[in-house]
Amino acid sequence: MTADQIIFLLCAALIIVSALMVVTTRKLIHAALWLVAALFGVAILYVILQAGFLAVVQVVVYIGAIAILFIFAVMLTRREMLDKGAQTRSNWWLPALLGLLILAGLIFLIIGQPAFGRTAAAMPEGVDTLRNLGTALVSPDAFVLPFEVASILLLAALVGAVYVASGNKE
Amino acid sequence: MMFLNDPINFIAGWMRDLLTGWGLSNGLTTVIIYFIGITVLIVFAMVLDILLVWVERKVVARFQDRIGPNRIGPFGLIQPFADIIKLIIKEDITPAGADKLLFNLGPVLAIASVIILWAILPLSSKIFGVDLNVAVLYLVAAGALGTLSIIVGGWASNNKYALLGAFRMVANMISYEIPMVVVLLIPTILADSMSVQKITQAQSGIWFAILSPLALIIFLISAIAELGRSPFDLNEAESEIVAGFHIEYSGMKFGLFYAGELLHAFTFGGFMAVLFFGGYGGFFGLEKIGFFSWLNNPFVQAVVFLAKAMFGYWVIMWIKYSMPRIRIDHMLAFNWKFLTPLALVVLVNTAVLSKVLAGLPNWGYVLGMFFSNIVIGFITVEILRAYGRKQRKAEAKLSPQSAQNQEQAA
Repeated sequence: MTADQIIFLLCAALIIVSALMVVTTRKLIHAALWLVAALFGVAILYVILQAGFLAVVQVVVYIGAIAILFIFAVMLTRREMLDKGAQTRSNWWLPALLGLLILAGLIFLIIGQPAFGRTAAAMPEGVDTLRNLGTALVSPDAFVLPFEVASILLLAALVGAVYVASGNKE
Repeated sequence: MMFLNDPINFIAGWMRDLLTGWGLSNGLTTVIIYFIGITVLIVFAMVLDILLVWVERKVVARFQDRIGPNRIGPFGLIQPFADIIKLIIKEDITPAGADKLLFNLGPVLAIASVIILWAILPLSSKIFGVDLNVAVLYLVAAGALGTLSIIVGGWASNNKYALLGAFRMVANMISYEIPMVVVLLIPTILADSMSVQKITQAQSGIWFAILSPLALIIFLISAIAELGRSPFDLNEAESEIVAGFHIEYSGMKFGLFYAGELLHAFTFGGFMAVLFFGGYGGFFGLEKIGFFSWLNNPFVQAVVFLAKAMFGYWVIMWIKYSMPRIRIDHMLAFNWKFLTPLALVVLVNTAVLSKVLAGLPNWGYVLGMFFSNIVIGFITVEILRAYGRKQRKAEAKLSPQSAQNQEQAA
């Protein structure tokens, strides 16, 4: 086993264990922090795949913004959200079964791929993935349209948020 | 001479020869060498941290017209060790009702969020952790972990003051992250790269502090806010919430928060040096002249870098010990209504001018950048002045005293 494989296995174990803990732990704030751990594991996966930019953006956006807002919302609730009673829904096995089925289907599909089991080719020297990504996002024959549509959508959300927050001054 | 020109690779090569000579496999050798390298870097940062405690206490004493620690050792240099011994032998208290795991995780995350920044800090052209091509964003990502440490510590303490401190810190950090991200794009545009090594090399002729002084000022302000130091120390405001998020921590756990803050301030001084003052280089082309070629030596570069970082740290301390604490609504209004729009204007200005002025000779480019910043700064000050005058007039009209004066005049 190479060092890369060991790191991958450790990181995969981290993701799976933390993802399980997110849905099984009874303290809401612990669930949010386990989510942070799972997201961090995904960032490590990106690093292993030599996608440094994605890894850093994963940490900035998902941990730095989204997870912190989750935790912030949970913090406002203090201890009342601690779940002590018995489970009210007894059909938890249905989504579990569904999840396992999806997992089996995904594994089946991936094994069928011709690239399965091959080691990734090393990144050629001197390729600046960040620059390529940046150019692709603004070049007309690549992703400029979805990129601009997304920015307009975000702008609309921003304007809406400002309107809601400012209150109806009549 | 190999050691003097490229110390890290020299030692790594020597160790690789030694370990493979002992019969270890190549892969295992790499892992061991990386592990040792990381440990040495962390130990260097932590030992520096001990020194920073002394520097901080001496400098604050000077600002407050005192002498500072001077009893233990020459100039009180042994004082930090006495402090550490005191912190270690203090009783370690975990409050009842605290979330034990998270309570212990808080200080660890606090110091870790600083230490991981040292991975990208370029001490010299040959002494650095890694040269990431997204280093500037990495700086922001590490800040997210710092926020997390304060939330976790504040929440787990099961204390109202700690929770209030954590709330304030989150509001502070999430807001000031935005001007910081925007302003970090300016060195990126000027150097055409996010790698700290390339940003440093791009400043060998002229510092970015001269090309964009406004960006430097905005970065300094948002860095201080990110650090949670005065005037943005709402998270530990002693007069309001006792000690804020670390109120329940005692002994070395408090020590970790304290050490993390000091090292964080110094590290941001280092990033200020890298992004705006030429980092380990930036001698205005002096190092290319044969007589001054010793400036290219990695050890000389490291000393230059640490001196510049120390200067940045001193500026942060200077502001901390001479400014009163800002009120929370002022803090948010200052960020959203002033700092963020200004940062966006400076960013657009830099982006447009860097393309418009690209054809000009070097001096034209520098002058154009510099004066565009001066013009923006002047307009900003004028707008602030007009706004301030309007507000003062409105207040004068409202106050009972002025009404009285008017009555008397009538």
